[in-house]
Amino acid sequence: MAEVNTGDGGGGHGKHDKKRAKKASTRIDMTPMVDLAFLLLTFFVLTSTFNKAKTMEINFPAKDKDNKPMKINNALTFLLTREGTGEKEDGLYYYYGEFYAPKNKDGKPVTEFIKTDFSKDGLRKILLDRNKPTIDALNDLEEKYKKKEIADTTYKRLALKEKGAKDALTVLIKADDKAVYKNVIDMVDELNICNVGKYAIVDMGQAELDILNAIKKK
Amino acid sequence: MPKSNPQLDMTPMVDLAFLLVTFFMLTASVRVSEPVIVDTPSSTSEKLLPDNCILITVDKNGRAFYNINNGEVRMKTLEQMGKQYKVEFTDKEKKRFAGMTSFGVPMAQLKQYINMEDPERLKVKSSGVPLDSLHNELGDWIQFGRIEAARQAKAQKDKADKAGRTFKYEPMRFAIKADGQANYIAVKQIIKVFTDKDIYRFNLITNLEQEQK
Repeated sequence: MAEVNTGDGGGGHGKHDKKRAKKASTRIDMTPMVDLAFLLLTFFVLTSTFNKAKTMEINFPAKDKDNKPMKINNALTFLLTREGTGEKEDGLYYYYGEFYAPKNKDGKPVTEFIKTDFSKDGLRKILLDRNKPTIDALNDLEEKYKKKEIADTTYKRLALKEKGAKDALTVLIKADDKAVYKNVIDMVDELNICNVGKYAIVDMGQAELDILNAIKKK
Repeated sequence: MPKSNPQLDMTPMVDLAFLLVTFFMLTASVRVSEPVIVDTPSSTSEKLLPDNCILITVDKNGRAFYNINNGEVRMKTLEQMGKQYKVEFTDKEKKRFAGMTSFGVPMAQLKQYINMEDPERLKVKSSGVPLDSLHNELGDWIQFGRIEAARQAKAQKDKADKAGRTFKYEPMRFAIKADGQANYIAVKQIIKVFTDKDIYRFNLITNLEQEQK
């Protein structure tokens, strides 16, 4: 590597020999330093972790002081539970609109829970289907944005407005005490993918829980 | 054929190597080993966790662990908690605590826990920070952490104002890192502790997953 540069390979002249003995070389052997540098480099490359944790932001409903039931126009409720103790035994049920408990005052038939799953043909299909007006509107906006008809900020504002529109789909997530955290996250993630802007994680009512348990026993 | 020179100039390579070493050294953050391993569920969210946050870790069995990033705030929080629960901490203990990571022991055991050596501390089976209504230590940790963080931010702002600099205030965030297999009810309890303190916005920590279309 870096060697002492000996000029003309050592001649026979006495004058030349003397000069070479006195003159210190300007080059130093850098091999150990480079070795160390690469050692450190390898160490840092292998130990460093780049990715900071990713997070999902979520808002929980503020405590309602007078506890009156919410009025929701276009509601879709998902009930999360667990059928057994195994890995893949997630239970997912849903119903549209309001919940009618057995023997309700209005004389409406009892709400029926429909079973589905977390797969692409289950949950995703329901959400895309139900949320179609919003998704279509968002696609229109995106088209306009791509054609440069609307500005960046306008696009963002309109998209947000569209998602929060009064008659947009509202999803309620209700988990019972057997549900695992992963299911809740999967659910919220799916809502984000399907552009559902209005959703909330709320507590399950006793009547709903009773029906759910009855279905599971069957 | 002309004889080629067997020596080659390695200067650019060495330059590059040193550049990379410097880069990795500066970006590397010390990773302290956590008391529990948590397997977070995955989501498509790409938001990054802000620096200024209180992190509650929930493991598979529903135990809660508390962590606050800023060392100085940690020390102050410990001081306040000590006052509240009548536990005296020496300056040395406070300093040690500042350099620690998540912990999941009740106040009664905290002093002993701080004084342990690192390998010993990892072996301890933590019971989790208590959060039932009688001993809501987690709630107090959150409350004091929040107050102290706000106090520190205020002090920094005053200092910046005096020096004529602008101070960018980063609001405190509350992160929950729960195991995918944890019962939702355990997470719900933690969320209840937060909502009792009028905190409604959370950052749930997840792994990044590719969106399947």
